[in-house]
Amino acid sequence: MASEIRSVFHPEVKNYEQVNRDAMRILSKPGRGYLALLGLSIALVGVAAIGFFYEVYYGIGYAGITNPSGWGTFITTFVFWVGIGHAGTLISAILFLFRAPWRQSIYRLAEAMTVFAVLTAALFPIIHIGRPWFFYWLLPLPSQRGLWPNFRSPLLWDVFAVTTYLTVSSVFFYIGLIPDIAAARDATKVPWRKKVYSVLALGWRGTDREWKNFTRAYLFLAALATPLVLSVHSVVSWDFAVSIVPGWHTTIFAPYFVAGAILSGVAMVVTIAVPIRKVFRLEAYLTDLHFDRMAKLLLLTSVIVGFAYAMEYFMAWYSGELFERDVFWDRVFGQYWWAGWSMISFNALIPQLLWIPKVRQNLNAFFIISIFVNIGMWYERFVIIVPSLAHSYEPWKFLNYHMSFTEAGILLGSFGWFFMWMLLFLRFLPSLSIAEIKEILPPPLKRHSEHTLAESERERVVEELPTGYKEFERR
Amino acid sequence: MAKVTPTGVLGVFAHLDTASDAIRRLRRDGHRLTVYSPTPRHELEEALQAPESAVRIFTLMGAFTGSAAGAALAVWASLDWPLIVGGKEIVSLPAFSIIIFEVTILLGALSTVAGLFLTGRLPRIGPAEALYHPSFSAGRFGVFAHVGTDRFEAVSEIMTESGSEEVLVDQS
Repeated sequence: MASEIRSVFHPEVKNYEQVNRDAMRILSKPGRGYLALLGLSIALVGVAAIGFFYEVYYGIGYAGITNPSGWGTFITTFVFWVGIGHAGTLISAILFLFRAPWRQSIYRLAEAMTVFAVLTAALFPIIHIGRPWFFYWLLPLPSQRGLWPNFRSPLLWDVFAVTTYLTVSSVFFYIGLIPDIAAARDATKVPWRKKVYSVLALGWRGTDREWKNFTRAYLFLAALATPLVLSVHSVVSWDFAVSIVPGWHTTIFAPYFVAGAILSGVAMVVTIAVPIRKVFRLEAYLTDLHFDRMAKLLLLTSVIVGFAYAMEYFMAWYSGELFERDVFWDRVFGQYWWAGWSMISFNALIPQLLWIPKVRQNLNAFFIISIFVNIGMWYERFVIIVPSLAHSYEPWKFLNYHMSFTEAGILLGSFGWFFMWMLLFLRFLPSLSIAEIKEILPPPLKRHSEHTLAESERERVVEELPTGYKEFERR
Repeated sequence: MAKVTPTGVLGVFAHLDTASDAIRRLRRDGHRLTVYSPTPRHELEEALQAPESAVRIFTLMGAFTGSAAGAALAVWASLDWPLIVGGKEIVSLPAFSIIIFEVTILLGALSTVAGLFLTGRLPRIGPAEALYHPSFSAGRFGVFAHVGTDRFEAVSEIMTESGSEEVLVDQS
C-alpha cells in the first residue's frame, strides 16, 4: 500500500532508500568520457596559466586593455561569472523561503555552480589589477603607513560584496551537504572515501537534536543569503552606475543586473543539468516538470532583461542627452554592432520561444536556448563595458578595444577552471540532495486505513500547492 | 561526562508512524530519547515536543555584531585616513551602508554556523552517546532510549509492540 502514494514531483521515486542508491550511483567509478572532459578542462586551465604568466612576467600590456578602455575582457568575464552564481542562490535560498517543492532535486547542482562560479569570478579582479601580489591592498588591513582603502568607492564595496558572497555561499553549500555526506559515508564501500566522508560529515547521524538545529540554521542562512544575492549584483552594477560614463550612469542598473544575473545563471543550470540528467539517467529526479519551471524562470528574467534594454534606449532618447544618445546609437550601429545585436537577440528575443509549450518541454531545444543565453549574457557585459568606454565623451579619445590572445586564453581557461570543479564535485560529493528530496517524498507509513488514505489524497492535493508543508494541514 | 558507557535500547523502524508511536509511549514513561531520521519530519518533532532551537539567538547576535563592526570599521578607518575624495564627507553613511550590510550578513551567517555547531554538538568527537545504525541515513527511523540494564526488557517490549523491526541492546 505504502508504495502506491508517490510524490507529485518525483512519481518515479519509490522510497527513501532509492534516493540514496541513485545519488550514490553518480559517485561510482568514472568513465572514459568523464576523464576526457576533466582532462580538457585542466588543459584549458593550463592555457589560462600561460596567459596569466605572460601578463605577470611581461606586464599588463599583454592584455588588450588600454586608454580609454581600461576595462575589457577581464571585467566582462568577472561580471559574467558573478552573475552565473546568482541563479544557484536563487534556487537554493529564495525558492527555499518560498517553499517551492521543485527546488529540492536541482538545488545542489545549482548551489555547486554558484560556489564554483564565484570562485572563478573572484580570480578576475586579481588578474585584472596586473600586479596580483598587491591584491591585499584592496583589503582593509592595518599598514605601517596608516593607509586605509576608500570606503566610499564602489570598487571597495565590491570587495566586501564578493568576498562575503563567496564565504556565505560556500558555507551554505557545505552546511546543506553535511547530512548527505553522512549518507554517503554510511553507504560507500571504498575505504578512502569512507574516511574522507567521515571527516567531512562531522559525525552527523541525523539525531533529533541535529535536525532541529540544522533546519533552523538552514532557514536563517537562506534568509541571510537572499538579500545578499540581491545586493551582490547590485553592488557590481554600481561599479558602473556610480560613475559618469554615458551608458553606465543610470539608476536601473541594479535591478537590471540582478535580473540579468539570474537569467544567465538559470541558463547555466540548464546547460549543466541537461547533460547530467542524460549521462547519469536522473530522469526520476530532474523531471520534465523541473525543466518546465526553470524555463518559466528563464523566460521571466529574459522578459525583465528585455524590458531593461528597451528602457535604456527609451531613457537615452527621452533624456535628450547627446552623449547618452550617441553611446546607445553606437552600440547597435557602431563598431560593436555585432556584440550589441547578439546581446539583444540572444537574451531578449530567442528565449521568447519558450512561450511555446512544445519548445519549453523539448529539452534539446531548451538546452540550445540556454547556450544562446550564456553567450548572450557574456556579450551583454561586454556591450555595457567596452563600447561605453571606447566611445565616451570626447571624439578624439575614441579608440576601439581588441581582445588580446592573453585575454582570450584566460577567458577560455576560466571555463576550464569552472568545469573542472564541477566535474570533480560530481564524482566526489552527492550532487542530489538526498535528505531534501526525502522531505517531499511521502513518508513510509504503516497504517493505511481508509482514513489515512483519504488524508494522503488530501496531502497530495496540498502538495501541489507551492507551500510544500502539508504537516500543518494534517493537524 | 556523566555517562561513560551509554546503555540503552535502540529500535529500528521502517515506518514514520510506528516510530512516532514508540516515541510517544516512551516519553510517557519518562525516558530520555535520541531519535534518528533520514530527513527532518515534523511528526517526530511533534512527538518529541522539543523546545525551539537556540540557533536564532546566534543569528541575531551575529548580525547585530556585524552591523556594529561594519560601521565601526568604515567610520574609524575613514577618520584615521581622512582623505577627501570627490568632495564627499569623510564619514559618508550612505556609502558605508553597503559595507555595514555586507558585514552584517557575513557575521550573521558565520555565527549561525557557530550556533549550529554548538547547539547541534557538531562536529561530534569522542564516544557516541547512543547506538547508531547506517540505515538511518537511508530510510529507517531509529529510537534510542537511554535506560539502565534493568529496564531493557520493558523498553524492548514497547519498541516491538509499537512496530520496531529490530531491537538492538547496548550493554557496553
